[in-house]
Amino acid sequence: MRKRRVVSWIVLALALMLVLACLTTASAAEKFNWKKYSGTKIRLLLNKHPYTEALLGNLKTFENLTGIKVEYDIFPEQNYFDKVTIDLSSGSGSYDVFMTGAYQVWQYAPPGWMEPLEPYINDPSMTNPDYDWEDIYPNLRKSDQWNLKPGNPLGSGHQWAIPWGFEANALMYRVDMFKKYGIAVPESLPALYATAKKLNNIDGSGIAGIVVRGSKNWATIHPGFMTQYASYGARDFDDKLNAVMNSPKAVEMTDLWVKMVREAGPKAWTTYTWYQAGSDFGAGKAAMLFDADILGYFQNVPGASACSGKIGWAPGPKGPEGKLVTNMWIWSLAMSAKSKNKGAAWYFMQWATGKEHLTKAAVDFAMVDPVRKSIWENPKFIAKMKENYHFYETFQAIIDNCSILFTPQPKFFETTTEWAATLHDIYYGEDAKKALDKLVAKINRMMTQAGIRKP
Amino acid sequence: MASTHHNVSAELAIQPGRFVPDPRDLRQPLSVRVRPYLIIGPALLLTVGILYPFGLAVYYSLTNYTLSNPNYSFVGFLNYKMLLTDPEFYHSAKVTLAYAFSATAVETILGLGVALLLNRETPLARVLRTVMIFPLMIAPVIGTLIWKLMMQPSVGILNYLLGFIGLSHFEWAAAPQTALFSVVLVDVWIYTPFISLLLLAGLQSMPKEPFESARVDGGSAWFTFKNLTLPMLAPFLIIAVIFRLIDSLKMFDVIYAMTGGGPGQTLMNFPLQAYYYGILYMNLSYGLTYMIILWAIVYLISQILVVYWGKAQQRAAGL
Repeated sequence: MRKRRVVSWIVLALALMLVLACLTTASAAEKFNWKKYSGTKIRLLLNKHPYTEALLGNLKTFENLTGIKVEYDIFPEQNYFDKVTIDLSSGSGSYDVFMTGAYQVWQYAPPGWMEPLEPYINDPSMTNPDYDWEDIYPNLRKSDQWNLKPGNPLGSGHQWAIPWGFEANALMYRVDMFKKYGIAVPESLPALYATAKKLNNIDGSGIAGIVVRGSKNWATIHPGFMTQYASYGARDFDDKLNAVMNSPKAVEMTDLWVKMVREAGPKAWTTYTWYQAGSDFGAGKAAMLFDADILGYFQNVPGASACSGKIGWAPGPKGPEGKLVTNMWIWSLAMSAKSKNKGAAWYFMQWATGKEHLTKAAVDFAMVDPVRKSIWENPKFIAKMKENYHFYETFQAIIDNCSILFTPQPKFFETTTEWAATLHDIYYGEDAKKALDKLVAKINRMMTQAGIRKP
Repeated sequence: MASTHHNVSAELAIQPGRFVPDPRDLRQPLSVRVRPYLIIGPALLLTVGILYPFGLAVYYSLTNYTLSNPNYSFVGFLNYKMLLTDPEFYHSAKVTLAYAFSATAVETILGLGVALLLNRETPLARVLRTVMIFPLMIAPVIGTLIWKLMMQPSVGILNYLLGFIGLSHFEWAAAPQTALFSVVLVDVWIYTPFISLLLLAGLQSMPKEPFESARVDGGSAWFTFKNLTLPMLAPFLIIAVIFRLIDSLKMFDVIYAMTGGGPGQTLMNFPLQAYYYGILYMNLSYGLTYMIILWAIVYLISQILVVYWGKAQQRAAGL
């Protein structure tokens, strides 16, 4: 009897504690003053992207919640980062918040153009208790953290930007064709090459076996190419920041990749950007696409393209050691160090990367790869994504090994643009080893001149 | 003598329409004496407005200024030295000159032909004179993007048409062998009407009598063209060439929109190098060095052409 009474007391105490905890959280959440910066105006610099449309579609909610007025400028991706560079370098502070990727942090943070954000995240008076920073995937949070030392890995130092919406690179393929011809999803790069060759112009259809980006731009390197390059065990730089794109593994992989594109890719590959790659795939001009998973998603939306409903996703081939590491692109929000409205800017950033907005953006709009774990567990979102063949399963398979696979250093754009130009040289007949040797010599010279690498 | 001068000034001052404000003449009211300065003011401001950024660019090219490191220092001619020892620079020089000279040459020949054809008073010529300038009315970057789409082997119309003669795999700007041809083609499409328009104006301003005399004397069309039309058109022709050559030496939009300078380094002319280094790689001083060298080339070529223009004008006037 006595024992039962003790147990009852314990249960009661626990229940009381639970209620108290809920009340405390609720009251803290209620106490958070969203109107603190009411009447302030902030300006955003945005890139034209489906994620931006999701943001703008819900912007009134933020303005009503906070009383902060938001103005914005949107630029197409081709020129967006030129605009950001010029605005930040001018020191005018004309924009408070801007969209960025992790690679840009390596260029914008060292000169002091970006505001470190962890003081805001850790300040209970500035960040609402429901924000749940830990809900954002840790590898994504790490992607925007850096200690500014060239060559040092991401994940230490200041938090320079907040992950907002990302793109994981995956293999997308025509499910109908794979079924029709009894083809299995390739599990290695040589198998991918063989599959692409088999599907290329199959039955005289004129279709390309595979399409990937190829223009003279850093963006050619980072999706499928870097994913396969790193999975192959190749690196861009060694620990002393010597370029090593000419290592035996790197040469082997690069040669195979370019051979695949030359023999089974689209004609005029050297002009292919994300747009051409996606539209060719959607128009039924290519059987496979190795790029950001969201690119296939937008072609798969009912009525969006000739191939909608026919697209499937797979994590992509594994390296020779059976390992797949996936490179990603992470759209993030950052604050200008010259912003005159830092408090209001942070209020916007925490709202835009918060659970409520991102859930709405993912469920009601086209925020295809949300950064929060809770959203990937949201039944409505799961149901939506499962309409796409193996999209959800692919994401679950790659998320844990998804990270930025480049070595952080401020000359990233120079390095990768030259790298893309070298792929062109190989594509048009230059020996891979010789071309990569030249690339390495050029990058090493450039890194030395910039004082990043010791001669 | 001095007194005469003052008398003349005073006399001029009271004659309406012949008044000459003289800043040195203390007898004139201040508001009158400052008038010459006020008149040249706008021109002076304009000159400063042009020269200041130019001077600044020259100065930056002598520093190690990068956008990410505003604490720059003076490095003398280091950027020029680095540039002149870089094989990329000579490749870019070749691309810049090849693009400019081939585009200008084709446009001049075509433009002259079109102008001669349209210099007739037929209903078709009147319509075509208006339609001809349509490419000029489109922003070059838009025109280029339209061409890029047409040149796309997978969906473009050009390869579909080339398919009839077995050339459906022609890669246009994507292949190093045909990249320059493709961008020059777009340049020709956009700017040939400009030359035609200028030459047409020249043709229509010519006196009719010499042509009538030649016709009466039984001069052939070739004789008339060679001995009358061409010499009288030469000043217009040279002006058109100056404009197009300067513009195409500085060409950025067509090449950037078409391939971004690729494939590889194939189309990296000076303006593209300047953009890549100055903006994308944030090495402003090195990017500006390219632009200063380009300026020197443009200046030199335009000076030579201006001399020719003066001579052609004299010849056309029969001096």
